[in-house]
Amino acid sequence: MPQVSSPPTFQWIGRNPPRKESIDKVTGRALYIDDLKFEGVLYGKTIRSAVPRGILKNISFLPGVPWGEFTIVTAKDIPGKNIVSLIELDQPFLVEREIKHAAEPIALIAHPDKGLVEKAMNFVKIDVDELPAILTIDESLSGKNIQWGTDNIFKTFHIRRGDPDSIWSKADVVVEGEYWTGAQEQLYIEPQGVVAVASREKGVTVWGSMQCPFYVQKGLKPLFDLPEDKVRVIYTVTGGGFGGKEEYPTLPAAHAALLSWKAGGQPVKIIYDRIEDMWATTKRHPCRTRIKSAFSRDGKLAALKIDATMDGGAYATLSAVVLSRGTLHSFGPYKCEHAVIDTRAVFTNSPPYGAFRGFGAPQTIFAIEQHMDRAARTLGIEPDELRLKNILRKGDAMPTGQIMKEDPGVDGVLKKALDESNYLEKRRAYREHNHADSRVKKGVGFALFFHGAGFTGSGEVFLDSKAGVELTAEGGVRILSANTEIGQGSFTTHSQIVAEELGISYEMVEVATPDTAVVPNSGPTVASRTCMVVGEILRKAAADLREVLVKSGHLPGGRHTPEEFRRAALRYRETQGELKVFSKYQPPSGIHWDDKTYTGEAYGAYAWACYVSDVEIDMTTCQVEVLDFVAVQEVGRVIHPVIAKGQIEGGVAQAIGWALYENVVLHQGVMQNIQLTNYILPTTADTPPIRVFFHEHPYPNGPYGAKGLGELPMDGPAPAIAAAVAFAIDRNIASIPILPETIFEATNG
Amino acid sequence: MRTYLPEFDVVSPRTLDEALRVLSQNPPPTPLAGGTDLMVLMNAGQLKPGAYLNLHSISDLHRPIEEAGKEIVFSALTTYSEARRHPLVRRCLPMLGIAAREIGALQIQSRGTWAGNIVNASPAADGVPALMAYDTRVELASHSGTRTVNLCDFYLGYKKTVRRPDELITAIRISIPADRRIEYYRKVGTRKFQAISKVLLAGVIVLEGRRVEKIRLVFASVMPFTYRARQTESILQGRDIDSGLIAEALDVLKQELNPIDDIRSTARYRLGVAARLFEEFLQKARMK
Ligand SMILES: Cc1cc2nc3c(=O)[nH]c(=O)nc-3n(C[C@H](O)[C@H](O)[C@H](O)COP(=O)(O)OP(=O)(O)OC[C@H]3O[C@@H](n4cnc5c(N)ncnc54)[C@H](O)[C@@H]3O)c2cc1C
Repeated sequence: MPQVSSPPTFQWIGRNPPRKESIDKVTGRALYIDDLKFEGVLYGKTIRSAVPRGILKNISFLPGVPWGEFTIVTAKDIPGKNIVSLIELDQPFLVEREIKHAAEPIALIAHPDKGLVEKAMNFVKIDVDELPAILTIDESLSGKNIQWGTDNIFKTFHIRRGDPDSIWSKADVVVEGEYWTGAQEQLYIEPQGVVAVASREKGVTVWGSMQCPFYVQKGLKPLFDLPEDKVRVIYTVTGGGFGGKEEYPTLPAAHAALLSWKAGGQPVKIIYDRIEDMWATTKRHPCRTRIKSAFSRDGKLAALKIDATMDGGAYATLSAVVLSRGTLHSFGPYKCEHAVIDTRAVFTNSPPYGAFRGFGAPQTIFAIEQHMDRAARTLGIEPDELRLKNILRKGDAMPTGQIMKEDPGVDGVLKKALDESNYLEKRRAYREHNHADSRVKKGVGFALFFHGAGFTGSGEVFLDSKAGVELTAEGGVRILSANTEIGQGSFTTHSQIVAEELGISYEMVEVATPDTAVVPNSGPTVASRTCMVVGEILRKAAADLREVLVKSGHLPGGRHTPEEFRRAALRYRETQGELKVFSKYQPPSGIHWDDKTYTGEAYGAYAWACYVSDVEIDMTTCQVEVLDFVAVQEVGRVIHPVIAKGQIEGGVAQAIGWALYENVVLHQGVMQNIQLTNYILPTTADTPPIRVFFHEHPYPNGPYGAKGLGELPMDGPAPAIAAAVAFAIDRNIASIPILPETIFEATNG
Repeated sequence: MRTYLPEFDVVSPRTLDEALRVLSQNPPPTPLAGGTDLMVLMNAGQLKPGAYLNLHSISDLHRPIEEAGKEIVFSALTTYSEARRHPLVRRCLPMLGIAAREIGALQIQSRGTWAGNIVNASPAADGVPALMAYDTRVELASHSGTRTVNLCDFYLGYKKTVRRPDELITAIRISIPADRRIEYYRKVGTRKFQAISKVLLAGVIVLEGRRVEKIRLVFASVMPFTYRARQTESILQGRDIDSGLIAEALDVLKQELNPIDDIRSTARYRLGVAARLFEEFLQKARMK
């Protein structure tokens, strides 16, 4: 366990060294995938279905372009298995017979002239016998059109604690509600892109924009029927991911590699433009949540029944895991001895929904927090008072049975947020204002929530992650990890952790490019795990490396200067050669999780937070403006305050988009508004000052006490904003995005 | 970019005469001004291959903004930035300054032209309503001569205008309005900036005492083209403004407008908000 001293006397932890990659990025030296030049490159494009469901009859290549010069790939050209290796083996790389969604890849074409490939796209004709499609959750569950398994259900989860059915009839008050959250596009700045070189002799090499090189490697092996050492995947500077580059890049990587294979090993580049990226790639799962709750008249939560359904789209992909996290965050930071939670992810003929910051949690957190507000209104109790009566405290159990061994400090986080935002005073003042003024309505609202960091339950144990450090020729240290820098600052925070542990300068630490041929598999860059879980593995590896230098007599046992370390490292390399030290994930003790009953410690650590939003609505146009935003969170230890604050601010802005602007308009299961002129994101003019406050309560199993925080800010803003809007217009808000049109209808009914 | 460039040609004439001659060919090339509408189409693969007429090589089409009698005259290539900066425009035609400021951001404002906004004929164009509310006339030149049309008669339907393919806009003549007018310009977009309008009202009213001497009501994004609400104007014209008249006019307006339903908004919202903007404008005038 690291020494957690208070007040901290750290050299690098809690400080703000310049980010490892920032100079390259601001000077334009950083090379993104589309900047990389490859001799003799072919440009690849993906021919996709235009209908949500049907039987593929024929692909014809019409006269008008010199088809003889093109490389063309269909399912028939696949050397190995035409199946994307994820949780279920249901998704093909290219359609063989049945089309399942209206963006599904059917064929691939490539040519050295980029413009000519674009032109050729209009000369491919796809003949399909259309079949009836499933376009909504209700159609999927109606049992009339079964397309997946026996019931269209990818996965269900059930949590049971106590017996809510014994409570309803004797409860003082029963509150019921249904909540809806729409899809959301990740909208990383750099669209999906890869380059592949593939041949039977040399194997497959892929460069690309991605979060998880080893996921791509795992996907490509069976496709080409190649062993691990013949498939190499190299991360290139990645312009954002937000989950959108977790599982998806396997598809373009496979497509580029198939084209290269067919073209005899010529490099093939596939870069999606924004239109294709928004049309075809994954988005946040739409989710419908129904909640029934029983309260005593004085506001004690007596029973809870939650039923959530996520739209998974046409293939299983990661829906089961997204659903799991949604399930485990659905009950909020509240104590309830009688709770039943049933969730499911269902099939529809939409492109598969996928990973997105928060990973299912924002959806169910929105529902439970709106529901708590609805209950407060029904009971005539102020929302903050209702929360305080029900929050988890020391010794309380979550519906999963996870006991709060220490007080999680939820009331402290709540109090701080209400104080900083002047919440109570604003409630009073705004109520008066709204009474007197009908032109501008004001509102303030909050959300109280937690986010479990790292993989759910036994996930981290299955991942069995490994990471390491090695001595460099300059006497510094290089980090060997598969975890990618996607704008979140992981190269920097990892370097700080290693520098701190080794007592060397931050500048002496470098980070190896995540390349499956060079770095060990330290697990995916997802789930707010990179700093907390991989950071701790790296800290241990660094401690072990130091141990080797001490044991071999190169370094004194006690304190040393960075210069002493450098000399020791150089001497070691001279006499003994290279030194690489790896460490593996070790599950913290006292953590037990039962996947069958969904009981136990779902997560080793939770970050706790309260967000408050202050809004104004112009009732002439029904436009909402967020005027002030307070984000208070307890995250263990802040490794790099500027990066941590940036994560919160960025996440809040992204969630303001989800709450107020981003409306994925579906037609035939696919997104229609696939250009930035009509998929509306907030700009800086639409985002308020975001005031960020951290509480630090060091977590013994994270590096220097750190817990995950990257996804946390996606959870709170939507329910906080919805609560503020509901207060302003004195009506329940049950769905997002809350568009001006929504408020117009709600107030003109 | 979803486009095969070899299928596109750009012609760069030196003089207006030469340009008009080229335009008289069949098929005529498409004028290319700032390109801020055309290039978006090109990127999405929706721009028709063929010949394009570069207007930037013709110095005649790029004259400074000038005052001519009771008019302020823009040339074909006058941009939003030029209008924003121009003292005369700021003083006499403030709505143009507001419109220019709310169109795109600096890059678009420095490149996009008023003429392009007019000819592109988007129902959501933000520059056109302000021009129309100021009684603007458009000069159309072709090889066979020059004619002037009122901007409020320029649109015939969705993306349909009176301009023939062989005609160029060579000048935009905006009448300097009466000093004692009251103006209203409000754009309701999908967000604060960099937004396409969902509803927009540009209005001018001149009162003689309480009597409405002149009124212009121009809506964007409500109808399939920039729409001057003439019926509602005529109800107000010549009458004393009071709450009764406003209510009466509001009813007429709600009948007159038949809003579009599209990916950006609903017809109900558009009608409701258009009516509220109208009311806001007239109340402002009444209070003066
Ligand atoms: C990011 C972005 C933001 C934008 N924001 C806004 C906004 O907020 N509000 C808004 O209204 N618009 C907006 N636009 C649209 C566009 O900028 C405007 O419509 C602009 O005025 C077009 O002018 P242009 O010179 O660039 O036209 P071009 O693209 O060059 O041409 C547009 C059309 O006009 C024709 N044309 C141009 N000049 C002449 C002429 N002299 N005679 C005959 N025909 C001619 C062309 O043939 C073409 O059909 C935006 C565009 C972008 C890309």
